[in-house]
Amino acid sequence: MVNTLILSAEGGPSPVLPHTSEIILGLVAFLILLFIISKFVAPRFEALYAERTAKIEGGIEKAEQAQAQAQKLLEQYKEQLAEARAEAARIRDDARAEGLQIIEELREQAQAESARIVAQGQHQLDAQRAQIVAELRADLGRTAVELASKVVGESLEDETRRRGTVDRFLNELDAVAAPASK
Amino acid sequence: MTNLVLAAEGEFVAPGVKDFFLPPIFGEVTKPMVLVVLSVLIIAAFFLAATRKLSTVPGKFQFIAESIYDFGRNTIAREQIGSKDFKPFVPLLLTIFCFILVNNIFGIVPIIQFPTMSHIGFALAISLFVVYPVYHFVGFKKHGFVGYLKHQTLPPGTPWFVMPLMIPIEFAQKFVMNPLTLAIRVFAAMFAGHLLLLVFTLGGEFLLMQENFLLKLVSPVAFLFAIALTFLEALIMVLQAYIFTLLSANYIGMALAEEH
Repeated sequence: MVNTLILSAEGGPSPVLPHTSEIILGLVAFLILLFIISKFVAPRFEALYAERTAKIEGGIEKAEQAQAQAQKLLEQYKEQLAEARAEAARIRDDARAEGLQIIEELREQAQAESARIVAQGQHQLDAQRAQIVAELRADLGRTAVELASKVVGESLEDETRRRGTVDRFLNELDAVAAPASK
Repeated sequence: MTNLVLAAEGEFVAPGVKDFFLPPIFGEVTKPMVLVVLSVLIIAAFFLAATRKLSTVPGKFQFIAESIYDFGRNTIAREQIGSKDFKPFVPLLLTIFCFILVNNIFGIVPIIQFPTMSHIGFALAISLFVVYPVYHFVGFKKHGFVGYLKHQTLPPGTPWFVMPLMIPIEFAQKFVMNPLTLAIRVFAAMFAGHLLLLVFTLGGEFLLMQENFLLKLVSPVAFLFAIALTFLEALIMVLQAYIFTLLSANYIGMALAEEH
């Protein structure tokens, strides 16, 4: 304490003149710290940095791969979709064409059927007509002959008889005509 | 500090150089010596603990240590030396930065309250005996003896008639001034800053001890100033550590540079 006071009175040693002991101690302390940091601390950090870089690069690469794969899948799906669309369109077209064809066929069939039915009817009609004509012709001849024989066979005795003959004829004719019209 | 006030006995004795040379704690060991050793222990323990289990996704503690390392590595070393050659100098620059930073910060840590670097010897130890030999050594190694001298003293494109002027100036700057200014810069900043804090703290104390009540009232102003200056000092302490490291890296980078 006394020393300090004396020093304070004198103004103390010059602050810009270094103490040798302090230089040596400072240097030794610094070198020890430098040794510790360069031997242990820095390599650990550098290893960490390298590891981190590797990890990030690996991550980027992985992401790129995933992206490429996704892109490929997308292309594939698009292709499939386009194929499916084309297929659907083709099927639709086919179906439409087929439908048209079916309709056409059906119409043809119907036409043919109707033509056939008409032809059959015509044919039947013709046949019936021919039959009727033939029947009529035969009946007419016979009736005419019958009538003539009756006219000739019966003498015209009186008015009443004549009338009766004619009436009978007409009745007979009616009787014949009725089955013919069936 | 107290004994100084006692010594003053009613008359204010401004703090001065004497306050930087306190009596040894025991034997020849003084306070700054203890602090230097303490700083080494603190930094080494901090980094060893922080790097014991490093993971790619850092925790809080690791993040702090990593930020400091990153600062020394990328912000200072790579910027100044160039991404080609900076790797071997990272531990050196990191050590310089942390060593000076912690020793400066001691100036505002309660109880410790003494910036080690206000003793020029410690600053000189680093600048003159570490940075100076390192940057000249790598320079000579890279460019050869004559080549390096030419490289350092003759910026390319110098006209011949300024050479007689240029060469001595450049030589003096590169080989004499640089290490000295490097040490003096941090020493002077720490010395002046500590002195400033002492003035305001001791002044406030002195005013508080006065009989006069009005003078007692003034003392809080002095203490307020002391607190404000403490924050300023904190900034300067970090800044000085940064500048010291930056310039060291800059000298190394210049010595290694292909061209100026």
